[in-house]
Amino acid sequence: MMDGSRGYDDAQTGEQRIRNFNINFGPQHPAAHGVLRLVLELDGEVVERCDPHIGLLHRGTEKLMESRTYLQNLPYLDRLDYVAPMNQEHAWCLAIEKLTGVEVPRRGSLIRVLYSEIGRILNHLLNVTTQAMDVGALTPPLWGFEEREKLMVFYERACGARLHAAYFRPGGVHQDLPDDLLNDIEEWAHAFPKVIDDLDGLLTENRIFKQRNADIGIVTEEDALKWGYSGVMVRGSGMAWDLRRAQPYECYDEFDFKIPVGKNGDCYDRYLCRMEEMRQSTSMIHQAIAKLRAPEGKGDVLARGKLSPPKRGEMKRSMEALIHHFKLYTEGFHVPAGEVYAAVEAPKGEFGVYLVADGTNKPYRAKLRAPGYLHLQSIDWMASGHLLADVAAIIGTMDIVFGEVDR
Amino acid sequence: MTEDLQELSLHIELKRPDEVVATEIAYGELNVTVTVAGLVNFVEFLRADRNCRFSTLVDITAVDYPERAQRFDVVYHFLSMYQNARIRVRVQVREDEMVPSIIGIHPSANWFEREVYDMFGVIFTGHPDMRRILTDYGFRGHPLRKDFPTTGYTEVRYDEALKRVVYEPVKLTQDYRQFDFMSPWEGAEYILPGDEKQGAK
Repeated sequence: MMDGSRGYDDAQTGEQRIRNFNINFGPQHPAAHGVLRLVLELDGEVVERCDPHIGLLHRGTEKLMESRTYLQNLPYLDRLDYVAPMNQEHAWCLAIEKLTGVEVPRRGSLIRVLYSEIGRILNHLLNVTTQAMDVGALTPPLWGFEEREKLMVFYERACGARLHAAYFRPGGVHQDLPDDLLNDIEEWAHAFPKVIDDLDGLLTENRIFKQRNADIGIVTEEDALKWGYSGVMVRGSGMAWDLRRAQPYECYDEFDFKIPVGKNGDCYDRYLCRMEEMRQSTSMIHQAIAKLRAPEGKGDVLARGKLSPPKRGEMKRSMEALIHHFKLYTEGFHVPAGEVYAAVEAPKGEFGVYLVADGTNKPYRAKLRAPGYLHLQSIDWMASGHLLADVAAIIGTMDIVFGEVDR
Repeated sequence: MTEDLQELSLHIELKRPDEVVATEIAYGELNVTVTVAGLVNFVEFLRADRNCRFSTLVDITAVDYPERAQRFDVVYHFLSMYQNARIRVRVQVREDEMVPSIIGIHPSANWFEREVYDMFGVIFTGHPDMRRILTDYGFRGHPLRKDFPTTGYTEVRYDEALKRVVYEPVKLTQDYRQFDFMSPWEGAEYILPGDEKQGAK
């Protein structure tokens, strides 16, 4: 009866008592970006409380990793944030390399940077365009996915798989790039800014897009620290924090790029940051290609040693190489005991791997620190006081992918 | 880099002698072990101290060492965007011991602590909402403990007769494969054939 059906409670003003309305958002909802179940308490159309129920995509990755070798675990990392798979592999490889002290050869390192940046564009294209779809635009995802398709072909040509690459290996990358691939990537990178401009023309000054994003989900510097944000969620609030610059890993220190920061910390600024990051990544792709073509960029792509397989030709002649190959793919390599935390600037924020090794061929414990986990946890704070329709915009701007949140 | 960490570690030891049990620098990372009772104060010190300013909580997790009396390591990672430094804080707890929650200092600890509770069964005192987070509704046990089997205890399937999903004990048609790659010369737990003669000599 609290829903007002009993009639007026207050005879003088005619006001009704209306109870708050609870709704279930998801688990299947196009704007939930996967399997998110939100229990929303609404006062009219205003969100009062938002309780995310996650874990619907929980696969127990961390448990599985404890019973597999280091190399067998690598493909699990692809399946976390499946929008930009190689960036996750990167963190895993860095953690192992830190423990074993392996130096990645320059060409391997450059290819890693090249593909990390391709991953960043893959991710931002998906995020920017689907977020636009959540707030009512249909064309951007169609245009964006066309480019994603081309990028996934580049993934495929490097490693044989469109999504689950397993391309970055401890010590470098699995195989060298085919000769014409660099030319094709370069050609694509020349054409891509035009596509960003097109998307820019569709969205940036679009009245509806602006109304739905500007002043929505404002994050101040203090909030960003309080909720442990990283990546664009921090940069949108005006802090130029980027692990590629602040704690350079791989060979990012020799690349020239700018870190876009937002001013107001709202969804619109984060959108602008992502657009600019795509432009910066395109320029880094050009730089990486130029460095790969330079004479010092030639050479092996994998540090040859215990961690990596011997060359095919050697295996035909050398018994030791054959044994090494067999032992590497059955027993795997042993990693010295110790614990490390290795983080990369994944497109969504800081993706980290906390690895506890006990000297055997399997990790004793591996914790995967996903940026989306922290972003999503603050949704109660961020969505409260916003309209129900803004929840979709906020989920979009947080860049949530359930592969990495649920693990 | 390492000098900075050494300086920082000395500074922390000097300022907080009661709480810090041990410090160590390994692989270019600073590890600090603290007492359970002093954890909250220590984290607050890390956040507020001008030379630390570890204002971002990066991660909370736990590691299970079943053979130890203090079975769990609860591990905190902090990041200082101002000093550009990272630190790892560790507390060792027994199975029946509770850890004080640091939600009051870092609200972002909320889900991490829920996850540690879910996965390891470590309970945090002062946490407002100690529910499971990643596992199924009504799940039993703590999966990341070393004594929890990787296959779990229950499996689900859709029952055509009951027209709903039913939970059943796990039935494996094939044993879960755990290969032992230790060479028999190093890791055999039995006497290798022929080796029994050695004792007779």
